[in-house]
Amino acid sequence: MGYVETRNLHKHFGEVEAVNGVNLSVEEGELVVLLGPSGCGKTTLMRMIAGLEKPTSGEIYIAGERVDEDVPPRARGVAMVFQSYALYPHKMAGDNIAFPLEAVGMARLAIREAVARAAGMFGITHLLRRFPLQLSGGERQRVALARAVVRSPKVFLFDEPLSNLDAKLRATARFELKQFQREIGTTTIYVTHDQVEAMGLGDRIAVMNKGQVHQIGTPQDVYDDPADTFVATFIGSPPMNLIEHDAGTLVGFRPENFLPRQIFGAQDDVVTYRFRVRRVEYLGSDRFLYGVLEERQRSDQTVIADLPVTITTPIAEGEAYEFAVPCRAQRQFDARTGKTGKRKTDGAA
Amino acid sequence: MALRKDVRVDAAPAVAFRHATLADREDLLGRIMLTPALVYVIVLVGLPFALAILLSFSAASAGSLALSWVGVENFATIIRDSQFQRAVLNTVFFTVTSQILVTVMAVAAANVLDAAFAGKRAMRFLILLPWAAPVSLASMAWTWIFDSTFSVINWTLKVFGLLEGWLYWFGDPALAMIAIISVHVWRTFPFATVIVLAGMAAIPQDINEAALIDGASFWRKLFQVNLPLLLPIVTVSVLFGVVFTSTDLSIVWLLTRGGPYNSTHVLSSLAFQRGIMGADLGQGAAIALFLLPVLVIVATVMLRMARRAEVGV
Amino acid sequence: MRGRRLVRAVKRVGLYTAASLFTIFAVFPFYWMFLTSFKQNRDLYVGATNLRHIPWIFNEPPTLEHVQLLFAGTPYLIWLKNTAFIGALVVLITLVIAAPAGYSLARLTGRWGERLGIGIFLTYLVPPTLLFLPFSRVINVLGLPNTPWALVLVYPTFTIPFCTWLMMGFFRSIPRDIEEQAMIDGYSRLAVIGKVVLPLAVSGLLTVTIFAFTLVMQEFVYALTFISSVDKMTVSLGVPVALVRGDVFYWGSLMAACLITSVPIAVVYNLFIDRFIAGLTSGAVKG
Repeated sequence: MGYVETRNLHKHFGEVEAVNGVNLSVEEGELVVLLGPSGCGKTTLMRMIAGLEKPTSGEIYIAGERVDEDVPPRARGVAMVFQSYALYPHKMAGDNIAFPLEAVGMARLAIREAVARAAGMFGITHLLRRFPLQLSGGERQRVALARAVVRSPKVFLFDEPLSNLDAKLRATARFELKQFQREIGTTTIYVTHDQVEAMGLGDRIAVMNKGQVHQIGTPQDVYDDPADTFVATFIGSPPMNLIEHDAGTLVGFRPENFLPRQIFGAQDDVVTYRFRVRRVEYLGSDRFLYGVLEERQRSDQTVIADLPVTITTPIAEGEAYEFAVPCRAQRQFDARTGKTGKRKTDGAA
Repeated sequence: MALRKDVRVDAAPAVAFRHATLADREDLLGRIMLTPALVYVIVLVGLPFALAILLSFSAASAGSLALSWVGVENFATIIRDSQFQRAVLNTVFFTVTSQILVTVMAVAAANVLDAAFAGKRAMRFLILLPWAAPVSLASMAWTWIFDSTFSVINWTLKVFGLLEGWLYWFGDPALAMIAIISVHVWRTFPFATVIVLAGMAAIPQDINEAALIDGASFWRKLFQVNLPLLLPIVTVSVLFGVVFTSTDLSIVWLLTRGGPYNSTHVLSSLAFQRGIMGADLGQGAAIALFLLPVLVIVATVMLRMARRAEVGV
Repeated sequence: MRGRRLVRAVKRVGLYTAASLFTIFAVFPFYWMFLTSFKQNRDLYVGATNLRHIPWIFNEPPTLEHVQLLFAGTPYLIWLKNTAFIGALVVLITLVIAAPAGYSLARLTGRWGERLGIGIFLTYLVPPTLLFLPFSRVINVLGLPNTPWALVLVYPTFTIPFCTWLMMGFFRSIPRDIEEQAMIDGYSRLAVIGKVVLPLAVSGLLTVTIFAFTLVMQEFVYALTFISSVDKMTVSLGVPVALVRGDVFYWGSLMAACLITSVPIAVVYNLFIDRFIAGLTSGAVKG
């Protein structure tokens, strides 16, 4: 059994099935990212684990104990960092961090020590006597993290905690968050709709859509071996090309694997296509080529090629070229169900 | 985030009550916290309301505690009563006239207050005074202003040569009605103004700007852009206004006591006169009940608007 | 160019004219209260037929005699005390009942709570006119006529529905995240209400206090119905009903009472009117 586990979890809001039969198993010390478009149920799933939402049916276990029936949020041993950081506006930063410890009746002196230590960890000792309104976005985030750490929870729950930071700050904050989680080793569930964040942070990623987990695996797994066409097109930018192979099968390949034929050696195992380029986009480090495959029946379907700057082959708009994909980079999907034929990953039962 | 590796956070003490207690049970808490309010409203609004209906079918007097059922006799009596008929007409006239005046003035005043000019805050403060002052005290001021001997209004009209004879404000039914309506309009237009102003603040600024760029004239802008957008909020203000006006007792009672010759009674003042002064609770209740349809209509419209707003989220 | 400037100037003049007219209309009775309160009797009681005597100004030096009479020779201070007593109790009852109900409707009762909230609000529309007759009977049965307790019991029937509605709005405006954070941080819902919600709702509670109190100060109909002894009256009843000797009105003292009572209420009320309006309209039209 995983450290955090949900079994056949459902949550219905009236007609809407926000979470529809999720079996998730998170190992101790692991950081799992719940990734999906907005409305996919990832936040609802996290809120059910926290105890803020009662499941319609199904079971939730934390550290081997069933919690969904009779354990209120306060007793689940989870700490959560909201997107808004949810600092108590009427308390100073130090009192914000102390608040979870007051709840369990810790002695005042011990609280002061614990707060000082948590503040030291995040370098916010000088901010403890300020009110949240007097703090910057990054400082607020640190206070929220210190408050989450201070009572040594069994599980961290993060609900898009970086989305309020500006882009520059976000990259470093992501790195620091990952470092911090590694060091402290607390099991973590992290919700985001940003795949870059998910790829960078997650030990494993659970890709969700319409209330279901489509795939759970390492970042490399979900990128290289998407379980179905949703994952294939949701992960990666630009997304995986999907073309009709024959009746009932779709072939998928990543744009960066779709390169001019002459790049590959003669004996390489490749599939060759005739690619008519309609538009070229220069993006500095990459060239994106938009076009169609000529011998295909549905020739209007746009296919994208992503050429790194190291490939200098001249490409002109309107011309057709020989392009190829290595066979090992091709993936096959059932056209009807969207599921891949061979699936390497496990995790989601 | 300079993380320091040498610090460790100790395990916190365990939570005292691991399982859900009453303090965690939101459904129960919700009910417990709501119950006193519900009980108060049911016992002290719902039951008296039912009692009002019961009283109207009985011959109850203030002195005795007995309720003797007389069926529709109270209603039959008052419907034939010319004072009652007059009161119904007065109530309708009073309500409709003052609401038209209040609405026009409120929309105009709100438009003035929406513009930028020096002294705007002061004007807003002063304009609100009539609504904020206790109605009974304000009515006394007006009684004094309309005084038959010392009326400053008469003096002013005379000085400007606008008045030939003399106005005995509370001695003439038509003048008394004018006085009542004036005071009521004076008192309620500030309230309506603030409501309309709140509604105007909610109109997105870009709509106004779009209308300006389209080159809409002031009047076209008013009728085709502003008024339709204001309609919901004006409706709210009129609904409140209708309730406050049609059931208002204070102003009529304090200015005229229904006089002269019972010509300015509205339903509520007549109900008070018969029910409390005349100690005929049954008849008073029957008279007051004629206001019920108005309230039902207003409540229905409000509910419908609330529902539409709910769907429109 | 010149045409446009002219149009703008005309608009400006129109604006100020309209603003002045509205303001004069609203303020003139208060000005009249003020004049009357401080005029000497021989300046005050001059028939309006005498067109030479201008009533709009002080023709004689102002005097404090009416104000002195009001405080020393009338029960005005007793009425103020009665009003404060009743007001304080009503505010207390209202807060104790309406604040929990408002929170319950805002956070704990879901969709049916929303309907119930509208239902409670609608009872605010049930006017005294429909209720004073049955109330007079209930008050008789309870043996409370002509006591302040009658008003203490009855006034919450309009302060509770309205203040519940107002509090509901205030509680809704507190971010949900913050309450949920506190629940995860180790507190029960009840503890969250005490430690997080109430401290954040102080301005709401203050608003409700002000409104409940001003509503009590303004109320006239119920007081007229239940209170008959002069020494038990509230200000808004006593001033118009009992500041009369026989048939003679003491207009100077009467207007002084109106002025002294109205202006503080009006000022305080003014400070809170926007919240009041927001509460009143939020159910019907979402701004």
